[in-house]
Amino acid sequence: MATATVEQAPAAADAVPSFQVTMRLRRFNPEQDTEARWEDHTLTMYGTDRVLDALHKIKWEIDGSLTFRRSCAHGICGSDAMRINGRNRLACKTLLKDLPLDKPVTVEPIKGLAVLKDFVVDMEPFFEAYRSIMPFLVTSGNDPSRERRQSPEDRARYDDTTKCIMCAACTSSCPVYWTDGQYFGPQAIVGAHRFIFDSRDEGAEQRLEILNDRDGVWRCRTTFNCTDACPRGIEVTKAIQEVKRALLFRRG
Amino acid sequence: MQTHQYDVVIVGAGGAGMRAALESGKRVRTAVLTKLYPTRSHTGAAQGGMCAALSNVEDDNWEWHTFDTVKGGDFLVDQDAAEVMAKEAIDAVLDLEKMGLPFNRTPDGMIDQRRFGGHTRKHGEAAVRRSCYAADRTGHMILQTLYQQCIKHEVSFFNEYYVLDLLFNEVDGVRRTAGVVAYDLATGETHVFRAKAVVFATGGAGKVYKTTSNAHTLTGDGMAIAYRRGLPLEDLEFFQFHPTGLAGLGILLSEAARGEGAVLRNAAGERFMETYAPTLKDLAPRDVVARAMANEVRQGRGAGPNRDYVLLDLTHLEPAHIDAKLPDITEFARTYLGVEPYTEPVPVFPTAHYAMGGMPTTVDAEVLADNDHVLPGLYAAGEVACVSVHGANRLGTNSLLDINVFGRRAGIAAAKFVERAPWVELPESPEADTVALLEGIRERESGERVAALRRALQETMDANAQVFRSEATLKQALADIHALRERYANVSVQDKGRRFNTDLLEAVELGFLLELAEVIVTGALERKESRGGHFREDYQNRDDVNYMRHTMAYRTESSDGDATVRLDFKPVVVTRYQPMERKF
Repeated sequence: MATATVEQAPAAADAVPSFQVTMRLRRFNPEQDTEARWEDHTLTMYGTDRVLDALHKIKWEIDGSLTFRRSCAHGICGSDAMRINGRNRLACKTLLKDLPLDKPVTVEPIKGLAVLKDFVVDMEPFFEAYRSIMPFLVTSGNDPSRERRQSPEDRARYDDTTKCIMCAACTSSCPVYWTDGQYFGPQAIVGAHRFIFDSRDEGAEQRLEILNDRDGVWRCRTTFNCTDACPRGIEVTKAIQEVKRALLFRRG
Repeated sequence: MQTHQYDVVIVGAGGAGMRAALESGKRVRTAVLTKLYPTRSHTGAAQGGMCAALSNVEDDNWEWHTFDTVKGGDFLVDQDAAEVMAKEAIDAVLDLEKMGLPFNRTPDGMIDQRRFGGHTRKHGEAAVRRSCYAADRTGHMILQTLYQQCIKHEVSFFNEYYVLDLLFNEVDGVRRTAGVVAYDLATGETHVFRAKAVVFATGGAGKVYKTTSNAHTLTGDGMAIAYRRGLPLEDLEFFQFHPTGLAGLGILLSEAARGEGAVLRNAAGERFMETYAPTLKDLAPRDVVARAMANEVRQGRGAGPNRDYVLLDLTHLEPAHIDAKLPDITEFARTYLGVEPYTEPVPVFPTAHYAMGGMPTTVDAEVLADNDHVLPGLYAAGEVACVSVHGANRLGTNSLLDINVFGRRAGIAAAKFVERAPWVELPESPEADTVALLEGIRERESGERVAALRRALQETMDANAQVFRSEATLKQALADIHALRERYANVSVQDKGRRFNTDLLEAVELGFLLELAEVIVTGALERKESRGGHFREDYQNRDDVNYMRHTMAYRTESSDGDATVRLDFKPVVVTRYQPMERKF
């Protein structure tokens, strides 16, 4: 995306003019603060501007120490999951004009992972959970000389969970994950689902065994927070339910 | 300062870096350093596909793919390299499938293929279905699949480590690779990585421009680090402007849309590509389409209140077909412009997309120190490199192919090198230059803001070195860049801390962008012809007599310490195809 959108209305932004918005940020600098604090900035923004553009405007024009992760800026890389107005979203995919602008837009780090600075959290436990569920194709025997065949129907079976960008919006919206750091969390189960339901894969048994663990899939309380949070529209809770059913079916 | 030692250090964890890591990691001790997390790299933003002559749905062969690549690249492609890429494309796709990549399938379960710009059968006769794809998320699937394989093979990653310098030492009068210096974003500590071989896979430099499909993090770090250490950059004046960026935003809408049947229209509703490219029309190579779009706008036929964009029309396609094949890009149109592609045409305009040039390499990804000599132990693959398989204009899908073919080759070559090469001593105070660079900026009490300078750079590049260029505009850009470089010497950052100091890193990245902008513009000024992505209004024809040659740009310092660009040239490798007029 163009970085200049913070100061200039883009060419196609004719529908919505400029407006005032107050950004209420949950700040924490480990080298200065003993605890997190709120900070307000009132800005003039434009029709196609996203929360990320507002954060950039603050960082680039007001306070360079404001710290957050971001990269692609259009909802593909998964860097900028944040808690915006109390809900997990990607800052680059949340248009300011779609939020109620008569009150401040609150931005906080995602929950359940240690805050390192402002909106930067420790992602390592999240990736560790993903790594633990064998997130790779497991096959036996020699590889065929050409591609493995897979019907369009079999390919469609796990399509939804291939969309995951590992932003952690789901896992960090899960009340079980907040209270119990041992739980794998929704994303790791989504990652397992993607392979368990892939007709080419032969590792389902091992993955299901891992997810049958005390801290596995049974901890899910079906609150649907994860599904609501997913910026890719993955039916996360449904995927978790399918994994649960696969476990029950296997036991039976 | 901490020191680490690995046989191979790979810099960058996009497609090229992880593909290299899979090869190198199973042979020798390997570490991957990335300034992001592995799945954050911009490979994930690639949409349309990866071409290979699988012939799954239509008769095809790698020789046609080679020809298309050479012609698409306006005959600046090194033809031996293009042949390697087109031949190995087939195994590259099959390898990914075996790793688990969820390609779309034909009814009988084979990898499906679709049309893409510039890819033809029988040397330009008609568009061919060559692109293997996973909806419009092919890059995402490649990145995920490679990361999954890296987990399986227990590749060592150092996440959020910014490599800021490349270390060499002389052995018997020959400069050899000794390692890299990295900055750990989390702690602010400097780390020296000693390595027998280093693979640069740091991606592109799209943030030189204002309107770009590129991520904020694509600041040309690898190219600039190599350039500062005296290595040449090849053909950097060739930058691809992708035709269909969301107007005003630059967010990419894949060529796959046109591959699936979408067409470009001007304000009058005319399908203008029929005039510019009668055979391939909307599926002509990107430079041709981007120029046509810019020309429509210049001639007053643009759409919108400011007549400054054209329209991508998908409204004749079935919504179910759009949902199945183009779900992400149609969502982008809805999310960011509020346009419903089922019923409304989408405003689009060219967006800076891809650096055809980069660090010159051999087909084994060895980095060249000059026209004839490789630098022992240094490799590069992907957008940072210039093999050159893209020449003056890259064909769509050939970047995903490039990272897989040459990423793999880089990993194998680096590992083989390690097995026969001795360790090179680290230079004295290996971290000194990096520490001086960082602390010089951090400690400066007051000065200009990084963001203001970066915006000025991006604006002059958009205005003066974009789709249309001339001596006057390029000279303006160069003057602006020189002025910005002087101002850059006085930038300061507000964040003086150690932990996650992204303020400081953005300042360093701006320094890289300024170096590269100067190389782009200097090469573009010297190249008094029009070829591929480089179009000179004052020299509108290709000039094979004087300019069928690669540009090799070196950084030189005058006696008073001023850095300037010195240009040299390298012949193009021609094997099968003599230059011909480029009609589509």
